Amino acid sequence: MHIVVCIKQVPDSAQIRVHPVTNTIMRQGVPTIINPYDLYALEEALRLRDQHGGEVTVLTMGPPNAEDTLRKALTFGADRAVLLTDRFFAGSDTLATSFALSSAIAKVAQVYGAPDIVFTGKQTIDGDTAQVGPGIAKRLKLLQLTYVSRIADLDLAGRTISVERRSEGGVQQLRTTLPALITMLEGTNDMRRGTMKDALRAARAEVVIWSAKDAGIEDLTKCGLRGSPTVVKRVFAPGPRAEKAEMIEITPAARDTADSLLDAIFSRQPKLEADIAAAQAAL
Amino acid sequence: MIEEKFDAIVVGAGMSGNAAAYTLAKRGLKVLQLERGEYAGSKNVQGAIMYASMLEQIIPDFREDAPLERHIVEQRFWMMDGHSHSGMHYRSDEFNSDNPNRYTIIRAQFDKWFSRKVRDAGVTVLTETTATELVYDTGGKVIGVRTDRRDGEIRADVVVLAEGVNGLLGTRAGLRETPKPETVALAVKEMHFLPEEVIEQRFNLRGAEGCVIEAAGTFTRGMTGLAFIYTNKECVSVGLGCLVSDYSKTMESPYELLEAFKQHPSVRGLLAGSEVKEYAAHLIPEGGYKAIPKLYGDGWVVVGDAAQLNNAIHREGSNLAMTSGRIAADAIFQVKSRRDAMTAENLSLYKKMLDDSFVIKDLKKYKDMPALLHTQSQNFFLTYPELVSKAAQNFLHVDGTPKLEKEKATSAAFIKARSRLGLVSDALKFAFAWR
Repeated sequence: MHIVVCIKQVPDSAQIRVHPVTNTIMRQGVPTIINPYDLYALEEALRLRDQHGGEVTVLTMGPPNAEDTLRKALTFGADRAVLLTDRFFAGSDTLATSFALSSAIAKVAQVYGAPDIVFTGKQTIDGDTAQVGPGIAKRLKLLQLTYVSRIADLDLAGRTISVERRSEGGVQQLRTTLPALITMLEGTNDMRRGTMKDALRAARAEVVIWSAKDAGIEDLTKCGLRGSPTVVKRVFAPGPRAEKAEMIEITPAARDTADSLLDAIFSRQPKLEADIAAAQAAL
Repeated sequence: MIEEKFDAIVVGAGMSGNAAAYTLAKRGLKVLQLERGEYAGSKNVQGAIMYASMLEQIIPDFREDAPLERHIVEQRFWMMDGHSHSGMHYRSDEFNSDNPNRYTIIRAQFDKWFSRKVRDAGVTVLTETTATELVYDTGGKVIGVRTDRRDGEIRADVVVLAEGVNGLLGTRAGLRETPKPETVALAVKEMHFLPEEVIEQRFNLRGAEGCVIEAAGTFTRGMTGLAFIYTNKECVSVGLGCLVSDYSKTMESPYELLEAFKQHPSVRGLLAGSEVKEYAAHLIPEGGYKAIPKLYGDGWVVVGDAAQLNNAIHREGSNLAMTSGRIAADAIFQVKSRRDAMTAENLSLYKKMLDDSFVIKDLKKYKDMPALLHTQSQNFFLTYPELVSKAAQNFLHVDGTPKLEKEKATSAAFIKARSRLGLVSDALKFAFAWR
């Protein structure tokens, strides 16, 4: 079995800053991490490989330093890492990204064998669109299972996979045929800690680096800024909350504290006070 | 357990560990380096000043791509009381040579660069991997380490302990004692970001020139300690450290001392309008020569802070760390090339080579200084700074008092505070400790 996991290098949101004037994310100097949602996809892929045998290839598109991200994925236990990097990819929106990634997956299929499953995370923490996974599925004509919370069964001989998918108001049990694309929900598993062997292998592994040409992409108009119809018209920060928190002094008498608390509430919600008074009167 | 065996395992990717790993790999040895942090440098904290000569001996052309902040052209020593500082400055345009001697650096960036060099030299570097235990053979020789990874035992002919001041591996194995409160300082520092041109204006710098200020005085409230202000490209590092034993006696907290130091009228203006982006704390070995543990044994050597190799008097640590790492690597290489075993007897070569270097010579020179400063901290960090400040005030304040009377008043103040005998004894003790 061959599984391809698409991951993305994202700025560590815990340490991110927004430019005060342009409101854009300041990426420079911010440490990068693997998109946290992708880790659930990677762990799920590694589990399937451990159960059923085969290989896991991690794939990312990004700047040259995204190699660090891939090496980390190797430390967790992935078998192979492919970095798709080229200046033609700069400025890609989700349409251009899914084009580039699906082209690369097609190339991976040629070189390392066709994948039975392609995994992505639910979405990324920097873009939040959740469009790239389905975009890849559409382009590669893979059956897609999004927001998957559990993989119930994988039948390699019968070429079927059964999953649970979280949806509004419940859980759907779905079964489809392979090859399929799965976007994995957060909180579904815990990323393992790679063994010493994995760590050693990752430290020495060569990350496969492909340019657009290497990945067999000929139509560069579908890449990067040129291939991205999405235009960010305006970025703005939500206005600060008008009201500041009010400090209420604690007095030795609990009743006084309660009274001043109620005063503070009722001065803002006069209707609430009236309603309670009316309810009491009715009693 | 991993079948593969290495010539050497280096535990830690700080200055000493990187120097050792790099040197060993350049000599053709098969080296594994273990670092518990997410990347080399992620756990490392220093002021930080880097001394070029010691790095040149390891990577001669480091200036080509190492992330250096500023080269230092001016050094100020301040003695401070609550509202003033008296000082000594040295600034020279000769420090603007092609190959400056001292640089400020930011360790997180510098260590990443150093680690890249280590990797390029052929070392297998594993991050997020903590060495938890030494592995011994039946004869008691160290033959490898156990790590916190699954199936994480790994073997080597020799283990280089470069695990820093608080290294658990060596203390757990009983190779050295846990650092005593009297022999370690706890230092805190903040990175204050300011525009490049503001830093250059405030410190009178051009281009990549840098200035450093080291200060002692009443801000440590009688404890043995120092403060520093280092200029980086776009930020100023401000920090302060005192002996751990002193904190426990006085119950002062380091960050409160640092806050007070930052509010000192001599300091406040240098930092005005800055944005603090980083806060860090670290232990610094300050025990000097007498606190150095056993440096080698069967199958192991210890280098850098883990070996307490730090010259507190001259505020030098990373160069001793780098040099001890390099020398340990050279010694190991010599033993290896003679096809000898990594026994204590053969590895004693490391100590012999280190004894012949500036590392041990310098520490030996000041072997009595820590004890003097630690036992007399009230005098050296409270009484004298105040007396010096008063003397300077007296000297500069013009009010018609005859100069002779002024001088008498100053010497009377010194005698009153420390007595004639005390002054002479302090001076003699200091002179002997410095000698």
